[in-house]
Amino acid sequence: MKKSIIEKIWDRHIVYQEENKPDLLYIDLHYIHEVTSPQAFEGLRLKGRKLRRPDKTFATMDHNVPTIERYFIKDEIARKQLSALEQNCKEFGITLADLDSPDQGIVHVIGPELGLTKPGMTIVCGDSHTSTHGAFGTIAFGIGTSEVEHVFATQTLWQTKPKTLKLEITGKLGNGVTAKDVILYVISKYGVNFGTGHIIEYCGDVIRNMSMEERMTVCNMSIEGGARAGLVSPDETTFSYLKGRKHSPKGEEFEKYVQDWKSLASDEGAMFDTEIVIDGSEISPMVSWGTNPGMASPVDGHVPNHKEDKEADKSLQRALEYMGLSEGMPITEIPVQHVFIGSCTNSRIEDLRQAAEVVKGKKVYEGVKAMIVPGSQSVKRTAEEEGLDKIFIEAGFEWRESGCSACLGMNPDIVPAGEHCASTSNRNFEGRQGSGARTHLVSPAMAAAAALHGKFVDIRELRGSRGQAELAY
Amino acid sequence: MKPISVYTGKAAVIDRANIDTDQIIPKQFLKRIERTGFGEFLFFDWRFDSEGNERKDFELNQPQNKGAGILIAGENFGCGSSREHAPWSLQDYGFDIVIAPSFADIFQNNCFKNGMLPIALKKEEVRNLMDAAEQEGHEITIDLKSQTVSDNKGFTAKFDIHPYWKEMLLNGWDEISITLKYGKQIDEYENRESPVSTI
Ligand code: SF4
Repeated sequence: MKKSIIEKIWDRHIVYQEENKPDLLYIDLHYIHEVTSPQAFEGLRLKGRKLRRPDKTFATMDHNVPTIERYFIKDEIARKQLSALEQNCKEFGITLADLDSPDQGIVHVIGPELGLTKPGMTIVCGDSHTSTHGAFGTIAFGIGTSEVEHVFATQTLWQTKPKTLKLEITGKLGNGVTAKDVILYVISKYGVNFGTGHIIEYCGDVIRNMSMEERMTVCNMSIEGGARAGLVSPDETTFSYLKGRKHSPKGEEFEKYVQDWKSLASDEGAMFDTEIVIDGSEISPMVSWGTNPGMASPVDGHVPNHKEDKEADKSLQRALEYMGLSEGMPITEIPVQHVFIGSCTNSRIEDLRQAAEVVKGKKVYEGVKAMIVPGSQSVKRTAEEEGLDKIFIEAGFEWRESGCSACLGMNPDIVPAGEHCASTSNRNFEGRQGSGARTHLVSPAMAAAAALHGKFVDIRELRGSRGQAELAY
Repeated sequence: MKPISVYTGKAAVIDRANIDTDQIIPKQFLKRIERTGFGEFLFFDWRFDSEGNERKDFELNQPQNKGAGILIAGENFGCGSSREHAPWSLQDYGFDIVIAPSFADIFQNNCFKNGMLPIALKKEEVRNLMDAAEQEGHEITIDLKSQTVSDNKGFTAKFDIHPYWKEMLLNGWDEISITLKYGKQIDEYENRESPVSTI
């Protein structure tokens, strides 16, 4: 039978199968962080259970760490959560990238960076953006805390086989159009639940031509389209990214793995439950205007007008009221007071390079508060070696330590009520960046441009005729 | 976990689609390391204004919705983050059952693990129940064994649930204890596949 890559990986991981039951699936790698793990450790202790494979578990501190004066955590409950993780890792023998570690960073940034994430794996984490790791040809999905505990105790999960969705993006992207715009466009076109119950395979020329970091941006937001997981089959781009990383196989062993990884592609003619084809050239730089990631328009477009469908209109009106916008308003007239470049969607080195290229030699618009939060300590070091930090600081950006930061504002980095934030993160839900905060999701280059102008500008006009090649630094 | 089989009670309605887990339990309450006590923070930013007063116009603050054990909402309920604090807070507040046209995958799983029942009905059926729930004395009965939802005004509808979860909920079983019985199969898998080395 012809199989998709999704089925190939799934079938390799079945520990036990029985009719009328989900499959018992083996989990190769389990990432954990401070927010969704404490109750799971507590569960183990209460029942006197062992953690089956500490060697397949990796921990980091990211969600509520401060990004300035990082050792000075004023919030006592946050501090308790971090020290709980530290103690739990010690007690159960888990490797932890804590605040002192050169490897610390957002879990979905450091996993790939350290070469922990590898093609063909099943990967879970108590975090919905675990889908990011799908960029390497893995089945990677977010789980709840009870499931975290289940993986601790058994290294498995009972999972019903999801449906498969092939999302092909053909042709070429226009100038100034990035991976972030691709995924925002897909979600705005097909809705925030088009992927529910599915794993997505992203394919087509546009995806093939993307770097690993760009593929991660796309896979990251699979969950915003309702899909627990999204993946890209591995290729030379994947292998060369992985070669030489800290936890990648070494020497001949690496080549052996590559041979196996090459088999991880969908067979010609494999069947999918759903198929979508998009022409890459129809995509523009995108800006979200509403309160879910599907509410987004091209930068040269408008906030939508009154909808015929009563329910759709009700959510439109609610969203506009929250966002303080009016029907039909041009996107480029939305004022911007805050800019956040960071999060597991767009805080990697290529993202920072793109933002720096826009910012270089210019100044942040008066009254705009702009900050850059690198995804990891390693990204931060590289950026500093390249002098990007100076470009940002000279322009008037704040240059911070790594963490989730204003993506969800669990630490002190929050956007005040009523203010608009151009953000490279993945969620624009009500209150996500702070109570009453108004989030607009954009690419790093678009966020940087908004910082310079105090409103959204079309990055294509800013660049004139300059092309994608230069955009990539 | 306490078993669920039949439940009868009042329903509260929040007629909105795409209610995300950031609304159900805002992030400022995720720092606790306990599993309990999240009910008071449920829908916090919708329930309370910045001074901490109840917002009169929010559904759960209206007198007819107090004391309800069933929540009825719009499609794609529970989308967004994987935080299990969402079902914990719903349950702690008093909702063991949520009815909606559809649910986000992770949220749905998280409910099952906590002995909560997410019930997906057709859009029109949810609409009918929402309208009926506004009437005085309206009560809904959920029967998990026969997989039916009915009310005291003549409504009935069937719902789907995976037999695995149905059995788990009816018996109130702890999933980990069950899986640990497959220890031999897991050992065999590890010996056979020697899965990709990691850390
Ligand atoms: S950066 Fe944001 S979306 Fe990503 S893991 Fe952190 S909080 Fe979640």
